[in-house]
Amino acid sequence: MMQELHVQLTSVDWAVVAVYFAFVLGIGFVLRRYMKSSEDFLESGRSLPSWITGLAFLSANLGALEVMGMAGNGYKYGMLTAHYYWVGAIPAMIFVAIFMMPFYYGSRARSVPEYLKLRFDEKTRGLNALSFAVLTVLMSGINMFAMAVVFKVMLGWDFEVSVVISAAVVLGYTYLGGLTSSIYNEVLQFFLIVFGFAPLAIVSVAKAGGWSGIEARLAEIGPGLLQAQTPSLSAADAAAQVSGFTHIWSSVGSAHSNPMGIEVIGLVMGLGFVLSFGYWCTDFLVVQRALAAKDMASAQRTPLIAAVPKMLFPFLVIIPGVAAAALALPMPVEDGVTRYDFTLPLLLKEFYPAGMLGLGLSALLASFMSGMAGNVTAFNTVWTYDIYQAYFNKGASDQQLLRMGKQATFWGVVASIGAAYLVRNFSSLMDYMQLLFGFFNAPIFATFLLGMFWKRATPNGAFYGLASGISAGVIHHVIKTMGVITYASDAAAAFYGAIVSWSTCFFVTIAVSRFTMPRDDNELRGLVYSLTERPRSGVAWYARPSTFAIVVAIIALGLNIYFF
Amino acid sequence: MGLDIRLPIGLMFCVLGPILLISGIANGESLSTQTGAAMLAFGAFMLTFGVRGQLRAGRTGDG
Repeated sequence: MMQELHVQLTSVDWAVVAVYFAFVLGIGFVLRRYMKSSEDFLESGRSLPSWITGLAFLSANLGALEVMGMAGNGYKYGMLTAHYYWVGAIPAMIFVAIFMMPFYYGSRARSVPEYLKLRFDEKTRGLNALSFAVLTVLMSGINMFAMAVVFKVMLGWDFEVSVVISAAVVLGYTYLGGLTSSIYNEVLQFFLIVFGFAPLAIVSVAKAGGWSGIEARLAEIGPGLLQAQTPSLSAADAAAQVSGFTHIWSSVGSAHSNPMGIEVIGLVMGLGFVLSFGYWCTDFLVVQRALAAKDMASAQRTPLIAAVPKMLFPFLVIIPGVAAAALALPMPVEDGVTRYDFTLPLLLKEFYPAGMLGLGLSALLASFMSGMAGNVTAFNTVWTYDIYQAYFNKGASDQQLLRMGKQATFWGVVASIGAAYLVRNFSSLMDYMQLLFGFFNAPIFATFLLGMFWKRATPNGAFYGLASGISAGVIHHVIKTMGVITYASDAAAAFYGAIVSWSTCFFVTIAVSRFTMPRDDNELRGLVYSLTERPRSGVAWYARPSTFAIVVAIIALGLNIYFF
Repeated sequence: MGLDIRLPIGLMFCVLGPILLISGIANGESLSTQTGAAMLAFGAFMLTFGVRGQLRAGRTGDG
């Protein structure tokens, strides 16, 4: 299995990995004595400063698919992949910070589904909580599976060994220290990821002759790379698409003029609006980190602090992939399929000496584990508050909730192991998971948007709108699979599927709300924009979240212009 | 929450940095040497601020 990626670790490499494991577990061990209530364990006591929650907000998203996938996309599609950051993340992170966080944090909701319960009703919360719990555990399993595959390929470890080690470590520190341990480790893992991959980015770009060298090399060999990916692509089309490797906007005028097969409307509306806002503004995995902040201002700053490293991440994971393409590094092939997702391990093997290899592997481990732990801690909270307390034990005492939170952590990890085996035996499940996430994430943003900014949105409107949006996404996918509608690429299909799903939810919610009873205004104070007083901020203008948001937006705009 | 996160981060980088630094010098690998030095400096920075933060929290009783 891809023997060309196999590496031999030295004692120095092992020492680096061992130190990483020791600190990760040590943090959980030290924090265990502070876990006295369910709020400590599941909500981190709402006590953390914004720089910690901000880095955790970003790090929880740095799972296997993110780091490995984006480097692979960098090789395959070039800088176009940066759209997932500069269009597909930053605007949404600004929006959630400025407009949505005051309602999430101010409502004292303990989870995203609980906000839905407060704003709408039990059935909308139930639908969101159940789908989130199932999908979260599956995503954790996918992270575990991806890690096991990487370690099998690179180190020759058995699948079982990788799964058991990763599960035991993640269970160890999340069970002992709850959300705080997960967040603290995410911060530690963030720095390890930066130090583990930054030298790789610098070396790979330097080997390719700097950015100008990359541009020159790709202008020459880019068409050949594109034709190798898509044999049916003509030489003229390949030559026309090659600018997408180093420019992000100039080639998206038409779906056929860039290697990703995307165009402006699908990109901006599908990725930049629906999918991105659906994830960053409503996914409890990331929102939970902001809810752990010590006060409202810190909660608002959380996504903005995360946005700064987020917009620089393309330099860490995408550009090494682009450099690998410029250097024409041969990608591993398995069963006749080119495995672009192994770009990062290939670069590690190619450019890292002994010791650094251990650091690079630890950085990979850190990305897998932060993704897994993030999912597990989001799962245990939703399970405890939105399923156990809501449906099985309404009068649960705090100690019962704490016990259930710990049990949910254990069973969440066990279910993740099961999911990892499921993915192993049904490889297409991984693709279906991405699809499922799209089905649920896209419409839920319409529900939140109307819920927070239109007081007339009713509980029935929200529920039927959400159910219709999910159904519309499924129908769109079925029609696409039958070949009734076609897209230039899978990415374009995902973007337009999200637009269909979101629009259906949006309009059905409005239509049903018109004919059903809204909740009383008094019940919606603190939950809806027009019914919530916004106290004048006593903070100086330069320290306000809105000022920070403007700075973030200007930097993101600058990056878009530079790589136009 | 009692533990200042800058302490374990600083400590970890102060352990990892010298491992890479020494390995780099011993094997003549400049990448390991430079990365190790950078990690050590970062670790020392975090540790300094972590200790200061912990002392301040102890004085104000926040810890």
